[in-house]
Amino acid sequence: MTTLEDVSTTPVVLGGVRGGPPVPTLRKDRWWVQPIVTVVVLTAFVAYATWAAFVNKDYYAGATMHRDLISPFYSPCLTESCVPGSHPGTIITWWQISPALLILIFPLGFRLTCYYYRKAYYRAFWWAPPACAVADAHGSYKGESRFPLILQNIHRYFFFAGLIFNVLLTIDAVMAFRQPGVGIGFSVGTAVLCVNACLLWLYSLSCHACRHLCGGGLKKFSEHPIRHRIWKALTPLNAHHMVFAWMSLVFVALTDVYVRLVASGAIHDYGFHF
Amino acid sequence: MADDTTTPRTDGGAGAAGERTVTMRLWRGDASGGEFVDYVLPAVEGEVVLDVVHRVQATLAPDLACRWNCKAGKCGSCSTEINGKPSLMCMTRMDTLPTDEAITVAPMKTFPVLRDLVTDVSYNYEVAKRIPPFNPRPKTDDEVAAGGYRMQQIDVERSQEFRKCIECYLCQDVCHVIRDHEENKTAYAGPRFFARSAELEMHPLDATDRRELLQEEQGLNKCNITKCCTEVCPEHIKITDNAIIPLKERVVDARYDPVAWLGRKILRRTKGTAAAAAATAPAHGPAAVQPAVEVTGIPGPQRR
Ligand code: SF4
Ligand code: SF4
Ligand code: FES
Ligand code: FES
Repeated sequence: MTTLEDVSTTPVVLGGVRGGPPVPTLRKDRWWVQPIVTVVVLTAFVAYATWAAFVNKDYYAGATMHRDLISPFYSPCLTESCVPGSHPGTIITWWQISPALLILIFPLGFRLTCYYYRKAYYRAFWWAPPACAVADAHGSYKGESRFPLILQNIHRYFFFAGLIFNVLLTIDAVMAFRQPGVGIGFSVGTAVLCVNACLLWLYSLSCHACRHLCGGGLKKFSEHPIRHRIWKALTPLNAHHMVFAWMSLVFVALTDVYVRLVASGAIHDYGFHF
Repeated sequence: MADDTTTPRTDGGAGAAGERTVTMRLWRGDASGGEFVDYVLPAVEGEVVLDVVHRVQATLAPDLACRWNCKAGKCGSCSTEINGKPSLMCMTRMDTLPTDEAITVAPMKTFPVLRDLVTDVSYNYEVAKRIPPFNPRPKTDDEVAAGGYRMQQIDVERSQEFRKCIECYLCQDVCHVIRDHEENKTAYAGPRFFARSAELEMHPLDATDRRELLQEEQGLNKCNITKCCTEVCPEHIKITDNAIIPLKERVVDARYDPVAWLGRKILRRTKGTAAAAAATAPAHGPAAVQPAVEVTGIPGPQRR
């Protein structure tokens, strides 16, 4: 009778001969669709956001239109160059170019270090790997163990910065109920800003760092019942983080487009007031 | 692909006029080389890939090697790559695959081939030996009086997801860190063992701090969270979301978060080192289970 100790294991052979043909993949489905869609959408967003950040006009529909709508790319507008009414007061005087550039660093950092977007761009742009069971495009691979990718570990700080922006954009959405000169009202623009703020909250609250900080990092939930409840509530949101990441990304751009069209006079922001 | 295949063998009972057939393109070979061979068989309603492979064995290629046990998706033996996707043969229904072209079945790519569809997965067992085992904290006086540990369900339920693992190693197979970069095998535990470490790290009684070990020697920072392990797991374990990312966040607490660092200083808490965690693992199994080829650097308790 053999015991477990008598059984010797098969030697581990590193670099042993692998089976299968030497081809990058044997997949027959359309695995390339997902990376292509990711590249197209992210590139379009970055191109649009860069253009919108540099044009430095038409980002605010103000009192002359009986509206108070500001583009999320330009909020909070804190520099001297901000159009009148778009900001509570000038705080930064030395900044001469578009105020959007000052703001976009934070959402950009937040999304760049986001666990979901990391997956998306490592696959689609970096091809490490382009899709599952499709060969990685690189000769050597060290992952996130070295500079600069080791910086992904600061994601939680961008998460906190993102929360501040969520609060500010929520205030913008509330302010969008004001129709200067006519009173309080509701317009398509109000709805757009409200939906935008909600999606940004959903994106932030479903963040993996948020889930960890709220309770995931605990060893014993039973000693922290409130944090456990928060963690339990965030977990289903977290499962849909990818959906919120895309929805909030696309919608933030659409919000800018809408405010831009209204502010430039291209369309009228339909609404009513009390 | 045509270069890799030889003439189809059609003597499997197929061929009667008008009969529906399936073509199985199976990898045949061993460490000295191999090729795809096509086998044409009559199509049978309701089969899984393993059934068809067994019919090939029974009728066309009695020397075909394939590994299987339960035919119920529970033993984790029949892992292969079906049409390029790491899958269990016994859980892949034929009616989910296009039958107008040959269905390829290849051995897992990340591990050395033994014969035909069978690979040598011992790398995984070596990694497993080097995961510091469950290390329960000492019992409190109350627990001693009560006759044992007391735990609450809410404290253990997170870990239970990872207990579903059937060790099919499909996640290890698909992980590009070792699939495409053999050299990383010396310092990479892989998704199955990240899930194992997460299970223990989240366990309310476990007293080992595995964070430094995970980051320094088990290659947690090589995983770029591209989620292929989650995509292939037949037990639907959310390896990336529920094990790897939480572990990465715990490592951030231990290493990269100045606020957490300050908190530890003020509260005078210490954190474990990689060496301390590794020291709780049995250095190696009994002499008889030593690997014949000394594998250096596989993540684990190399005491420095
Ligand atoms: S998520 Fe990480 S562990 Fe899982 S397959 Fe991708 S790189 Fe490997
Ligand atoms: S985690 Fe899932 S894919 Fe990996 S070995 Fe376990 S059951 Fe298989
Ligand atoms: S925002 Fe995506 S993980 Fe934090
Ligand atoms: S034969 Fe057991 S999992 Fe397929």
